[in-house]
Amino acid sequence: MQVKEGLYYSREHEWVRVEGDLAYIGITDHAQHHLGDVVYVELPAVGSSFAAHEVIGVIESVKAVADMHTPVSGTVEQVNSELEGQPQLLNSDPYGAWIACLRLENPAELDELLDAAGYEAFCREQE
Amino acid sequence: MPEARKTPLYDMHLKHGGKMVDFAGWLLPVEYSGIIHEHRMVREKAGLFDVSHMGEIVVSGPQAGEFLQYMTTNDVARLARGQICYSLLCYEDGGVVDDILIYKLGPEEFLLVVNAANTAKDLAWLEQHARPGVQIRDMSNQYAQLALQGPRAEKILQPLTDKDLAALKYYWFYPQAVVAGIPCLLSRTGYTGEPGFELYVAPEKAAALWEALLAAGGEDVVPAGLGARDTLRMEVKLPLYGHELGPDITPLQAGLGYFVKLDKGDFIGRAALQAEKAAGPARRLVELVALEKGIPRAGYPVRCQGREVGRVTSGGYAPTLDKFIALALVESECDRPGEMLEIVVRGRGIKARLERGIFLPPFNRRGK
Repeated sequence: MQVKEGLYYSREHEWVRVEGDLAYIGITDHAQHHLGDVVYVELPAVGSSFAAHEVIGVIESVKAVADMHTPVSGTVEQVNSELEGQPQLLNSDPYGAWIACLRLENPAELDELLDAAGYEAFCREQE
Repeated sequence: MPEARKTPLYDMHLKHGGKMVDFAGWLLPVEYSGIIHEHRMVREKAGLFDVSHMGEIVVSGPQAGEFLQYMTTNDVARLARGQICYSLLCYEDGGVVDDILIYKLGPEEFLLVVNAANTAKDLAWLEQHARPGVQIRDMSNQYAQLALQGPRAEKILQPLTDKDLAALKYYWFYPQAVVAGIPCLLSRTGYTGEPGFELYVAPEKAAALWEALLAAGGEDVVPAGLGARDTLRMEVKLPLYGHELGPDITPLQAGLGYFVKLDKGDFIGRAALQAEKAAGPARRLVELVALEKGIPRAGYPVRCQGREVGRVTSGGYAPTLDKFIALALVESECDRPGEMLEIVVRGRGIKARLERGIFLPPFNRRGK
């Protein structure tokens, strides 16, 4: 399992990359490994607002349906529409294939999230 | 819930990186290298499955043949020694107790291979109707079962056995084959739509046989899990009990009329099925292809012009077809090729077209 330095991690296996007041979010390598082959991603609408931990999309693999939560509150600025045609990017490049980009509403929420080492320890505990 | 049971191949699954899940009370791998990869390997080369969870019931005695003729829908009397038939155990009302394979071991001895989750129920059902001259034995603990499936299966298996595999026809078996030095019952059967074999072996020999088959196959074979087993069987429209079949679904509704021999004499469910055939089944299993984004899954409602007309029984991504497809049980009047239906995916309707023949034909019907 790969964990990347410099990202924030949720206990629901999402990652957040912060650039200024923008937060790019995606799912972790651990999450994609558990889901298996991803075949469909339902993206949120640009302009819609979400509170932290709300469901913003759906990821479907061959074997399962999983809700995608946002670890932080914010308004969707952009979605990664590349995933509509190539949902398998979540498997092949989980840290490159961001799902949505939110304008951060409450940067203090980032303090609730784990860093790379903390997330790695969290996954080990869960195994 | 009792703790899930391990098959004799449990350690092999861990060794090969299987992701284990509880399936019908058994710990089995859902996948190893990925469902899509395993699926493609089985369609193009070969895959090896652990199907040891399946139940095995031996029915024997001077009345065994007549008993099975009465208990099941297919014509057991037509079976030759060494031959197998697919059949259904039905209730009086035509609903399905289980779908099974019947192996004719001898004039007075038959092996029934039944679904894991139904083994206890099938045994009780058979015993409830047992008559003098019939013995029923649950042999499930005495067999592990491996399925080697795919176009390269014969090439992989032949060097390991003296039996002439080319001479073994589809749905026939060798009761006493030796494969890689291990005695087994070897049949040309499977649940993937590809050519292949199923091997029934003593549990303590299963791991050695598993390793021998993988070694013989080399790069032409991968271990395959329940996930690929499901996508493979769905894509060729093979029914799964609890989805396309069940106590509230008759074989005629499921499109399995071919396996219901109404002219063979009396059997349990015959009157109900004959009446249903005469009137035409009220529901039919249809093939749908999704035309919009969204994945049809089992249980999702199906609508026709805004009205709910049935449900998806199996659905999802079909790797060989590269489409999202579904089997659905719908009111018969909707069963028209080209009919536009709607599958309700998490509250949102997506367009789906009813077509016949969009699913992949099984290997024995390809090119015809």
